[in-house]
Amino acid sequence: MSTLTDLKIARQFCIKCLVIFFTIIGLTIWSFTFLGLNPIRFFSFFADSNIAPFIARFFSPDLSTPYLLRIGNGILETLSISAIATLLASIISIGLALPTAGRFGPTAKSITRFLCNFLRSVPELVWATIMVLAVGLGPFAGTLALTLHTAGVLGRLFGETLENHPTANNTALVNSGSGRVAAFLYGTLPGIYPQLLSYSLYRWEMNIRMATILGFVGAGGLGQMLFYELSLLREPKASTVIIAMLLLVMVVDAISNKLRAAQLHSMG
Amino acid sequence: MKHHSSSGRPYISDPAASSRLTLLAVSLVILWPMLELAQFQPWLLLNTENIEVLGNFLVQFIPPNTEADFLRIVLVATIETLAMATAGIALAILIAVPLGLTISHSLSISRIGPGSNYLLSKFIRYIARFLMLFLRGIPEIVWALLLVRIFGLGPTAGVLAIAITYGGMLSKVYSEILESGNTLPARALLVAGSGRLAAFLYGLLPSTAQELASYTVYRWECAVRASVVAGFVGAGGLGQLMDQSMKMLNGGEVSTILVVFFILVLLADNISLLIRKQLE
Amino acid sequence: MGCIVQNISFNHANGNKALKNISLSVNSGESIAIIGASGSGKTTLLNLLSTALKPTTGFIEHNGSNPWLVSKKALKQIRATIGTVHQSPPIPSQQRVVTAILAGRLGQWSLLKSVISLIYPLDILGTHTCLERLQLGDRLFERCDRLSGGQLQRVGVARVLYQAPQLLLADEPVSAMDPVLSDLVISQLIHETVSRNATLIASLHAVDIALLWFPRIIGIKNGEIAFDLPPAAVTESMLKELYASEMDNLPMQSNRAV
Repeated sequence: MSTLTDLKIARQFCIKCLVIFFTIIGLTIWSFTFLGLNPIRFFSFFADSNIAPFIARFFSPDLSTPYLLRIGNGILETLSISAIATLLASIISIGLALPTAGRFGPTAKSITRFLCNFLRSVPELVWATIMVLAVGLGPFAGTLALTLHTAGVLGRLFGETLENHPTANNTALVNSGSGRVAAFLYGTLPGIYPQLLSYSLYRWEMNIRMATILGFVGAGGLGQMLFYELSLLREPKASTVIIAMLLLVMVVDAISNKLRAAQLHSMG
Repeated sequence: MKHHSSSGRPYISDPAASSRLTLLAVSLVILWPMLELAQFQPWLLLNTENIEVLGNFLVQFIPPNTEADFLRIVLVATIETLAMATAGIALAILIAVPLGLTISHSLSISRIGPGSNYLLSKFIRYIARFLMLFLRGIPEIVWALLLVRIFGLGPTAGVLAIAITYGGMLSKVYSEILESGNTLPARALLVAGSGRLAAFLYGLLPSTAQELASYTVYRWECAVRASVVAGFVGAGGLGQLMDQSMKMLNGGEVSTILVVFFILVLLADNISLLIRKQLE
Repeated sequence: MGCIVQNISFNHANGNKALKNISLSVNSGESIAIIGASGSGKTTLLNLLSTALKPTTGFIEHNGSNPWLVSKKALKQIRATIGTVHQSPPIPSQQRVVTAILAGRLGQWSLLKSVISLIYPLDILGTHTCLERLQLGDRLFERCDRLSGGQLQRVGVARVLYQAPQLLLADEPVSAMDPVLSDLVISQLIHETVSRNATLIASLHAVDIALLWFPRIIGIKNGEIAFDLPPAAVTESMLKELYASEMDNLPMQSNRAV
């Protein structure tokens, strides 16, 4: 009897799989039709005369020295935006971590949790457009946008780290009359500091990528340069910016992989 | 170390003091030009003109725009975003599968022993890896911007941008999954002389299918967010709508779109979670 | 500091009755040793005295104030006058000894002074003096995770010495030390009562140390006070009854398993 019910369950389960599978296929096909995407149209597009030369112009990037200097400045600008934003956000997040972990009571915990969730849910691009309204075009808007978003992300991560950390050292100091902030600085921070640093460095790496994108809404860095050159239809210059972006991402990737390997090595 | 000051009382200095001071000095030296480059001028936040504009904009947020006409437009844009993500991932899979299979070491015939095409396959693998890096290294919004120039405004550019970037991302993760699983069955098949595709289908796919599918669904969830971002440069969907409303400083419309965006992301997250649970 | 403990009992969250109806009275300048088997309630009593725990019934008064009935600010001030030496010092492992000791006066310092001391220790001499009293002065700038168990315990004691509290509570402060060092640490703790008229209440596992150094011995068994006598009046049979749950030998410095 039990083998029969087992077979029944197996068959039912398989039916569920099939149903999901075919629903997904169906929705996918429907998506294409809804968007009016016709694969044949793609090829007719390439037959059009002005597309090929457009793409061809990208293959001769502008490598003149004065322009390369501007690119270099753009890279440094992007790095600075991401670095300062991550630094500011880390400092703010240490302050946010205490109430988020409940050290100042349940009401403060709910309020700061909500604040952190709000800051991180709004996409960085949206923050950037709002900041451009507040302080004008340029890298400062990008820095502020990244700071706000990252503070939400790190605030929550720092708070979780703090919550999971044993409180014995902290409690001992409070019981000898210390205030909550001083007890945190002397009792808890030395223990959680490596983890907080790790989160911040990881976030900096992601922010470098983000900083290049934010330029598209006028927030400085390589992104703003790319948007500018494409708007003026200067494809050779634009392709240099794209190459620079690619190189930046590859270098940052390689460095962080090496750092991670070294850290693993030193702990093991 | 203990010294004696002129009054004869012992004086001890902190051995860490000098290194901390140096660290502080070096940090300041690096920080100062960075602040300049980022044009860090916090006093700009107090600029009354900008504050007024921003204030008026933000004040409109509180009654979000709930007119029936506008809500209909938002609904269409939302469905467009979902369709863009789905179509984009579908195309990405088409790119990622061959690319991932080419890159995977576990399907490498040349690794088993010297064959006639050793150098050629190594070369092809290099090209494939470079292609993968190129596709993922350029942010999707850059692809979207370029594709908008080619194909004009609208979701076509967005779908292709997602297909390209996520194709690169998926191929990398696919190859990692294929290499980290149990590769012996595939190897056995290759040694016995089967082709790469057969080795994949019969040797690797059964054990890795669940993980491959799970990661793909997770990427679909990310693609929904990416579609909105791509929309900011004219690739259609909610993103394009939000960009237009922001340019017109219409706070009410922006707040409605933001709320819908949060709901959409929540929905996509939950659908993805559901499907992935079913797969297990 | 004078303390009054009146009919206190303490029940753990799981229902375990750690202390049942204890009363005692302590005068300023007294040194008291609390002895008893493991799990008898010694640590719970010390935690209640240090305001780490709140009594389930009854009350405790320090110098006439009940710490659980006063304002938060007054509680903080009371706590600044109580110093606890823990068996396992609550010090972050990456911290330097000097910072760990400075933390003793956080209750008396402003926040600004605390923050500055974190970066550059403002009172190196004072911390060094306290550490020197325990013959550990040359380790002032070491990281705490480079110290042995006994050395770390001495840092914990140095922190309390630096705090200079009116009430010193010590929970098995010499458990990881050899006889020579134990004598040194206990003598330094008792010196506090003599020089500053502070009160010392220490729980000890080794009976011979208690009988040797302390003029008042309180024995605790199963959460109740078994006896409260000067060492001369404590008989062998009383001790055997106190430690009946443990092995046949009474716990002494000399027959420690460590």
